[in-house]
Amino acid sequence: MQLSRDELKRAYTSMYAIRAFEERVEKEFADGTIPGFAHVYLGQEASGVGVCFDLTDEDQIGSTHRGHGHCIAKGCEIEGMFLEIMGRDGGICGGKGGSMHIADMDKGMLGANAIVGGSPPIAVGAALTQKLRGTDRVAVAFSGDGASNQGTTLEAMNMAVILKVPMIFVFENNGYGEFTASEYSVGAPSLSDRAAAFGMPAQCVDGGDFFAVHAAMREALAHVRAGKGPYTLETRCSRFLGHFVGDPQKYRSPEELAQARANDPIQRFRDKVTTAALLDISELDEIEQQIRARVEAAAAAARAAPMPALETLETDVYVTY
Amino acid sequence: MARISYRKAVNQALDQEMTRDASVILMGIDVGGGSGGSGDVGSVGGVMGVTKGLYPKYGPNRVIDTPISESAIIGAAAGAAVTGMRPVAELMFVDFIGVCLDQIYNQAAKFRYMFGGKARTPLVIRTMGGAGMRAGAQHSQNLHPILTMIPGLKVVMPSNPYDAKGLLIRAIRDDDPVVFLESKALYDMKGEVPEEAYEIPFGEANFLRDGGDATIVAFGAMVPRAMQAADRLAKDGIRVTVIDPRTTSPLDEEAILDSVDETGRLVVVDESPPRCSLAADVAALVASQAFDALKAPVGMVTCPHTPVPFAPNLEDAYMPSAEKIEAAVRKTL
Ligand SMILES: Cc1ncc(C[n+]2csc(CCOP(=O)(O)OP(=O)(O)O)c2C)c(N)n1
Ligand SMILES: [Mg+2]
Repeated sequence: MQLSRDELKRAYTSMYAIRAFEERVEKEFADGTIPGFAHVYLGQEASGVGVCFDLTDEDQIGSTHRGHGHCIAKGCEIEGMFLEIMGRDGGICGGKGGSMHIADMDKGMLGANAIVGGSPPIAVGAALTQKLRGTDRVAVAFSGDGASNQGTTLEAMNMAVILKVPMIFVFENNGYGEFTASEYSVGAPSLSDRAAAFGMPAQCVDGGDFFAVHAAMREALAHVRAGKGPYTLETRCSRFLGHFVGDPQKYRSPEELAQARANDPIQRFRDKVTTAALLDISELDEIEQQIRARVEAAAAAARAAPMPALETLETDVYVTY
Repeated sequence: MARISYRKAVNQALDQEMTRDASVILMGIDVGGGSGGSGDVGSVGGVMGVTKGLYPKYGPNRVIDTPISESAIIGAAAGAAVTGMRPVAELMFVDFIGVCLDQIYNQAAKFRYMFGGKARTPLVIRTMGGAGMRAGAQHSQNLHPILTMIPGLKVVMPSNPYDAKGLLIRAIRDDDPVVFLESKALYDMKGEVPEEAYEIPFGEANFLRDGGDATIVAFGAMVPRAMQAADRLAKDGIRVTVIDPRTTSPLDEEAILDSVDETGRLVVVDESPPRCSLAADVAALVASQAFDALKAPVGMVTCPHTPVPFAPNLEDAYMPSAEKIEAAVRKTL
């Protein structure tokens, strides 16, 4: 299906926002302004944006430890995200969550997740809510290739099938779970093959190609919205950096590392839309400039922001107690 | 004697036991690292580098990289243990115990009792816990209270390099399942550690300092903080005894009771929310068995009843500190 010029701009804005945000995270982390760990989404932008492109704030997603890209693709504000991952007052979660726990209930973002395999069962429940309420909303669980081996993920897949909930399992296969290759850790020929064995349709697409992911997602959405039960998408992605910012990656050969950026989703999008004369280079460049300025301002504001008030340590453990 | 880090002490214990006994194997996520990849296999040695060098030395059959499947990791280790191996399974962060708790408490910990004393399960689960690394609510917990309450399980919390080596060797040679809870805040701590293998028995507390004014009992990473507090108090002439039980199960009750008998004052320091904590456990022990010796209410220095927050200032406020310990001791005087 052909996207309009505005839609193409929206897609590029979202993908480039992830790129610029994550590059900034890399730099801020090196400068010591981001505490803890940072797992960035560089190289996987087309996957998150292609999946979330047709979702609304009422559709729910469950994410992973590598969640910044999913947040941005789902519409979270980067200002609140920077504040959050720097642990500042005004962060999306008040500075109490951090990079691995960014959640935004208003945007249908049920949280990054620091427990590998944490999100799929939660997404089954979110999809169950939609089914019981009779809406045409859906839930999406993002998982990595590594998370595909977690029992919770496999249990969620089976349960989603038998309950016929409107849910899409998205496996972003970037070839590694931490330092272990999926080649070693996944016994089945592919993750999409596994999904088929659970009794749901599955597709494996090029996760570096926004258009391929988006087209597959439209088919998935049509399937689940028709009440036919869950669907699986495997997106084959490239992880540009290591598992976390600063990972020396000795477990990847120099040749593989040199190749890691060859499948650059941003460049491929640019090439495609300019070759087909859908958007001008100047339009794309303008989007980039606007985003760079916004990211710069958001990061600077977050760095200057105060820490959360100490009283908040003990608030929001319960609704009532 | 060589001064080595806590990390290196754990590594040395694993290495020496693997050399001594071919049935000792390691399994866990990235304990070798790089399996199936295009670069160096086995060069990572765990996210904290604790098992570094063991894969190159012992190979993939004895240092087993696993998928991210904690139930299967711990369950398979328990199954191998009860059939003759001595597995040391790594649970990367103790927070992940939620994924595999059944294999620990319904399975491994109960085999011997349920099977009428016929089973031996020499399983070690090495894991790490503790806050302070800005790692957020799902990577910063300690969870030793949950483990300590499980009959059939032994729980070890080493507070320094010397203890880490001797207690881990003891754990590997032990015929019962043991959770060995390393403190991520202590991996770079250095101390004198003998090169040769040695065992530290379970259930024997370490007295780090003797003093007649009060007793401080502290666990794991709280031990160095208790020592700092003791130093500060000493400047005002207040002398405290500092006890590190080293294992929470079994617990050296006698050491604690004897000391409170002498000092009459007790502060327990536990990096854990207060309810059902080790602090509450030790306080109950003393209240029920040495009430007459107490000259003041027992002080408990714990975390608040909250998850671990991410923001650095909140996380610092969450932790028991030397200042809080010092204040708690002064309150008993
Ligand atoms: C239950 C659990 N086990 C292990 C970890 C440690 N860990 C964090 S991310 C990760 C790798 C996940 O790999 P994958 O699912 O492929 O996601 P990717 O990092 O490639 O995005 C591991 C092992 C964890 N956070 N939770
Ligand atoms: Mg992966």
